[in-house]
Amino acid sequence: MSRIQATFAALKERHETALIPFITAGDPDLAVTEDVIQALVESGADLIELGIPFSDPMADGPTIQAASERALAAGVTLNGVLQLVTNVRKKTQVPLILMGYYNPIFCYGAERFARDAAVAGVDALLLVDLPPEEIGEISAAMAESGIDLITLLAPTTPPERMKRLAEVAQGYLYYVSMTGVTGVQKISPQEIQRAVEELKGMSAVPVAVGFGITTAEDARAVGAFADGVVVGSALVKIIEENGQSKELLPKVAKFIDELKHGLTAPVS
Amino acid sequence: MNYQYPDERGHFGEYGGRYVAETLMPALLELEQAYTEASQDETFQQEFQYYLKHYVGRPSPLYFAERLTQELGGAKIYLKREDLNHTGAHKVNNTVGQILLARRMGKKKVIAETGAGQHGVATATVAALFGMECEVFMGKEDIRRQSLNVFRMKLLGAKVHEVTSGTATLKDAMNDAMRYWVTHVRDTFYVIGTVAGPHPYPLMVRDFQSVIGAEAKDQLQEAEKALPDVALACIGGGSNAMGLFYPFVEDSSVKLVGVEAAGLGVDTDKHAASISAGSPGVLHGNKTYLLQDEDGQIQHAHSISAGLDYPGVGPEHAHLQDIKRAEYVSVTDAEALEAFQKLTHIEGIIPALESAHAVAEVMKLAPTLSPDKIILVNLSGRGDKDIHTVADALGVDLS
Repeated sequence: MSRIQATFAALKERHETALIPFITAGDPDLAVTEDVIQALVESGADLIELGIPFSDPMADGPTIQAASERALAAGVTLNGVLQLVTNVRKKTQVPLILMGYYNPIFCYGAERFARDAAVAGVDALLLVDLPPEEIGEISAAMAESGIDLITLLAPTTPPERMKRLAEVAQGYLYYVSMTGVTGVQKISPQEIQRAVEELKGMSAVPVAVGFGITTAEDARAVGAFADGVVVGSALVKIIEENGQSKELLPKVAKFIDELKHGLTAPVS
Repeated sequence: MNYQYPDERGHFGEYGGRYVAETLMPALLELEQAYTEASQDETFQQEFQYYLKHYVGRPSPLYFAERLTQELGGAKIYLKREDLNHTGAHKVNNTVGQILLARRMGKKKVIAETGAGQHGVATATVAALFGMECEVFMGKEDIRRQSLNVFRMKLLGAKVHEVTSGTATLKDAMNDAMRYWVTHVRDTFYVIGTVAGPHPYPLMVRDFQSVIGAEAKDQLQEAEKALPDVALACIGGGSNAMGLFYPFVEDSSVKLVGVEAAGLGVDTDKHAASISAGSPGVLHGNKTYLLQDEDGQIQHAHSISAGLDYPGVGPEHAHLQDIKRAEYVSVTDAEALEAFQKLTHIEGIIPALESAHAVAEVMKLAPTLSPDKIILVNLSGRGDKDIHTVADALGVDLS
């Protein structure tokens, strides 16, 4: 059983929803990210999505674009991100999902990446701009190294396509809660609920929801029907505002604790 | 030679494809289907031809540049005068085609990215013609450099979004247009201005622009009873070049030459020569040659010509390079400026700085060829928009 499967299985036993924070690796630098990950784990994160910085993050809103720019300004490379994962893996077994855009992986070389990422302790890869139509060029390499490829599904995905993709999904399915970029609009849990419930019926893997979940209330509302909730921009904002200050880790911990509490408390 | 590209998945050999977020995939599949149907529909083709003739003013002339030919003392030089189209460049061929398709698909609103502003103006123009809502994304830096075109777009009724992210130039305008599209994908048609982006854009834009090469082929047949020995055009994303090349791609006697912007020189970090000095990568929905560092981070492009100032190139050009069907060379800012002045002096034609890159290569090439050879050059646009840039570069104060 993979770390991702084991984590979701344990949560299911406890009737809990997975809390999946997203942060950009190396924002504001790799050392701070390592500390932030530790704080995330200690305050209740179940899985962690780590963004690979990219110069042209086309699916992201201003908050995560800025995080990517800060990381690149700090000189963060894909090598650096893998070193970060190596360091983190010595301390925790939390599932780590690398998320980002295809070009840095393409330039690194998919086979070399798959080998190095597996050694570092990466569990899965989510590439926003590598849809099922093109994913064939890396899927064999990732499968050989045991790295799951996470599939994104969107409100615009037609039902038959959704079914086809859900059936072959690895790790968990990531349902994009709205048509848009990360972190900009407010979500409507009622609209998401139907899609997620349908999706759960088609899929053998858990269904997580992301894009636009910013508060403990959002997390709780979505957590009532989803297997996992992803919180990105709201957390990245805290990192943006507190950067290198001593306040950063306590604020991150407090936010994650609130979210986790929202997810575990019964819905009123 | 038999040339059948792209394949059914939108790949030109190793290049092209559809590297986009899932939210956009269904829209691309819908667009592909709509375009396939439209391209086989006689009524749509007649409508397209009607507007090209009566609105754009096609066919554009094929002009024998006699004085330039004499001056250079070699091959005969023919200019395909896309600068004489309505709105002053080849861009409008494509915007007419895409906006007719948008109407056919029932879309009420179009968006576009623009660098120099030519594609933005061409989109705003055709949107005005059909009473469609139009929003254009343009980098803050380009808005400053091309204020005239910004005002023109506003007069035409378009809303111009100032893009401040990243380097605030064309690539970032394209990022923001994609971000807007992903948010409004259900009712919005994205009019991409060049032969790049996810499939079917490179195919579709090539098809709409192929009128350039098809007309030139007929016109040259009439004038010279011959094919050109060389067909030559400048390349940013590469739509005017692809439009010129495509009707000749199976005529193996015709040498195809694409001219990239070398800026201050391809051995400096200030150029836009993605094929000559870049490497394969994935950006803006397609795999192609890009200017990037070894970690796959996209680099700044530089060219005196805003229309060539892009760190990538259409995937079909990447393919034509790899199969050695076309040759790609580059021309510096200084050489383009010299050619700009030469053509203006000697033929009374003020070319766009983009097109001046093609003319600069002709100035190198023509003297090496015998007078019985023919060079066909795409003069893709007129230079009025560049007068301030040229004055600046020549140290002339217009204020």
